[in-house]
Amino acid sequence: MPTFVRTEKCDGCKGQDRTACMYICPHDLMKLDKDGSETGHAMKSYNQEPEQCWECYSCVKICPQNAIEARHYADVVPLGGSVQPLRGSDSIMWTIKFRNGTMKRFKFPIRTTPEGSIDPYAGKPEADMAKIQDNGFFNHNEQNGYRAGDPSELIKV
Amino acid sequence: MAEFGNPDVVEEEVDILLIGGGMACCGAGFEIMRWIDAAKQDSGIDISVKLVDKAAMDRSGAVAQGLSAINTYIGSEQDPADYARMVSNDLMGITRDDLAYDLGRHVDESVHLFEEWGLPIWKTDENGERFDGSKGMTPLKDGGKPVRSGKWQIMINGESYKWIVAEAAKKALGTERIQERIFIVKLINDKNDKGRVAGAVGFSTRDDKIVVYKFKACLLAAGGCVNIFRPRSVGEGQGRAWYPVWNSGSTYSMAAEAGAELTLMENRFVPTRFKDGYGPVGAWFLLFKSQATNAYGEAYMVKNKDMLDDYPPYGQAAVPASCLRNHLMLKEMKDGNGPIWMDTVSALARLRETLTPREVKHLEAEAWEDFLDMCIGQCGIWVGENIEPEKKNSELMPTEPYLLGSHSGCCGIWTSGPTDVGAPTEETEAGVPDHLPSGWNWGYRGMTTVNGLFTAGDGVGASGHKFSSGSHAEGRLAAKAMVQYCIDNKDWTPELDTDVDTLVAEIYKPVKTYLEFKDYSTAIDVNPNYITPKMLQFRLQKIMDEYVAGVATYYTTNAEMMKVAGEKLDMLKEDAEKMRAKDLHELLRAWENYHRILTAEAHMKHIEFRQESRYPGFYYRMDKNFVDEENWHCFVNSIYDKESKKWTCFKRAHVDLVDKSKLFK
Ligand SMILES: Cc1cc2nc3c(=O)[nH]c(=O)nc-3n(C[C@H](O)[C@H](O)[C@H](O)COP(=O)(O)OP(=O)(O)OC[C@H]3O[C@@H](n4cnc5c(N)ncnc54)[C@H](O)[C@@H]3O)c2cc1C
Ligand code: SF4
Ligand code: SF4
Repeated sequence: MPTFVRTEKCDGCKGQDRTACMYICPHDLMKLDKDGSETGHAMKSYNQEPEQCWECYSCVKICPQNAIEARHYADVVPLGGSVQPLRGSDSIMWTIKFRNGTMKRFKFPIRTTPEGSIDPYAGKPEADMAKIQDNGFFNHNEQNGYRAGDPSELIKV
Repeated sequence: MAEFGNPDVVEEEVDILLIGGGMACCGAGFEIMRWIDAAKQDSGIDISVKLVDKAAMDRSGAVAQGLSAINTYIGSEQDPADYARMVSNDLMGITRDDLAYDLGRHVDESVHLFEEWGLPIWKTDENGERFDGSKGMTPLKDGGKPVRSGKWQIMINGESYKWIVAEAAKKALGTERIQERIFIVKLINDKNDKGRVAGAVGFSTRDDKIVVYKFKACLLAAGGCVNIFRPRSVGEGQGRAWYPVWNSGSTYSMAAEAGAELTLMENRFVPTRFKDGYGPVGAWFLLFKSQATNAYGEAYMVKNKDMLDDYPPYGQAAVPASCLRNHLMLKEMKDGNGPIWMDTVSALARLRETLTPREVKHLEAEAWEDFLDMCIGQCGIWVGENIEPEKKNSELMPTEPYLLGSHSGCCGIWTSGPTDVGAPTEETEAGVPDHLPSGWNWGYRGMTTVNGLFTAGDGVGASGHKFSSGSHAEGRLAAKAMVQYCIDNKDWTPELDTDVDTLVAEIYKPVKTYLEFKDYSTAIDVNPNYITPKMLQFRLQKIMDEYVAGVATYYTTNAEMMKVAGEKLDMLKEDAEKMRAKDLHELLRAWENYHRILTAEAHMKHIEFRQESRYPGFYYRMDKNFVDEENWHCFVNSIYDKESKKWTCFKRAHVDLVDKSKLFK
């Protein structure tokens, strides 16, 4: 169920050492064909093991040129459909085309804070070494999420 | 200059190594830095930490694609004991209440952080109308009401779930403490103490480089295992398993080789999902109230309800165990009453009658988002086959088996639990090897039976139903305990039991084999001197599928079939010594598949040992096709001896820490 790269769109991430698609693929599938010896298309990427593709779309979403699409797996799915995202900073847009031509569009939120803005310990307490063996995390119940539980539920306590 | 076949060797010493960059290690990364800072301020102890991941943390592990729900959220209205009861019943009565209960106490703290970091969580307003997570309503931590798609699940807009959680972990650790694209191949025991871990060895999948780490403690959280059974899709679609194809059993195999005790490796997960795409069904059943039927419109959960009585008490709870729901469906399939349908058409029509017009508009989007957030491949099937769920029903199908410990499965490593919930401190079953601890806690939360080796998430066996949020929380529990461990062992120095040259030769053997023999034949894949990792995987999958209760036999096996499988697996293990790797990518595949073989072997040995069929619907031993509460209401645990390459299985007693009878009132 593999992704493919559009020849006329991929720019090999402008010859950078590490292309975006290679960086992100969790299964090490995307590969830059530097000299064109593998595909006939120098300085463009390709999916080196299409039958191992989970179709997670990580590469599709990250490609700065929108050069990656998926052709749903030929041994199972009839041709002609497509499911293509455009991922922005706070939402993702999906364009869905059926084999019979029906189109649908959806937009979903993806995060409520700007990318890169997380300051993990901002406003959080320091850890207290005296409590390292106690229940709870370093910011114990600062999040109102610790559920102490009704002790009578425990048979042997 | 390093080149293929002649790698650089980098040796590094840290106090704590985090192996994996998934939900568990992200949790650990966030929690650990605060304790490390505190330890330094408190007593001047400097603790160093490093995280290695085979992929990029932004999209590594099971949450790469995103998720549409957080499946474990206790909320203020439920008790951790309720959660422990649910986990137990779903896994046919044999789980560790101490682990589940402890997780239930802590998990919501992680969920509330996710929201703070920017994960959109659906909410309902005072009229019960639901809104997506971008509307800025009251946060959960201040009493906001989530949208429950089930008793424990809450809905999210989770496309960027992993991205967000990884961002927090990366910021906390700092980039200098993280190395991506490192595949860890094995753990190394301490030279002076076999029961301790002292290091790990792996390689870069980007550069010709082998890394050897020495450490005091490590968190091994490299996910579960997929592709040990022949998948239903075998052509181009082979990568479309339900479970992400990149988690290859590294957690279980590396722990076993290091001497750690495994538990319930006979357990597997066989999810029933939308056919071919394996799209999630949870929201369809729970949120959209859809029914599953056989070819003739009969609801098999109703029609075959009596079959649940064969498995008391687990079949008689309000929500019967997952495996039993499969059991009732498989009856229809075996009787020739397929295909099995998810009746999306009626469900959506019914909802249109009860919801406000605005909600109806959201409804279609919600149904699609469920797939687009976590299983885009299912949308691929729908568009290719012109399936619009309001007009056309979709087929359901049980998948091939997977091994995991954090979703609806409970195989994994035997780990030390909390001390304050009444867990046993002694073992009442005979036959546990002497060197292993006897109770359920031995000092450090999350530590395995090997000193210094900790685990979390899919690694922790005998719990299950932790999911994304619980795995994160469990990573945090382990992080805290590892800091304590390092303080307690501050004067101890790790020494590897194997010298670095031997390790290097071992890791790069598939490369050497390839370079030595590649010109022997004219076709590079067909050569009597080596086996490609791909063929090795096919052979493993064929053995497991045909003899160890894969889809080929409708999940059935028996002692005789497993005997044959055992012989074939022995030879496969021998042939694994002849794997070839023609590049770094194939070296990755080679070692992934080595990890798969050991994981598969553990699975089979445990099924063989357990003289019953504990999980009907997931597997059947036809020679012992019953649940035997009298003799087998216990854990099956094992250890592996890496020298003799043999497994030893034994029983451990099961004890209830919360009252399960409450489920059946
Ligand atoms: C299909 C599917 C759907 C799910 N849906 C939901 C849901 O809706 N809601 C929910 O809450 N939970 C859901 N879950 C569960 C959740 O994803 C897991 O519980 C959680 O991700 C487990 O965390 P982990 O850290 O143990 O493993 P993972 O998150 O899988 O992380 C494993 C990590 O180990 C790395 N790794 C693997 N091998 C090695 C190695 N040898 N060396 C170095 N690194 C390695 C991987 O790259 C990855 O970073 C789902 C899981 C699956 C599979
Ligand atoms: S990310 Fe896109 S542009 Fe960059 S190499 Fe990959 S396919 Fe080409
Ligand atoms: S869709 Fe996912 S698995 Fe497939 S190539 Fe892209 S990133 Fe890799």
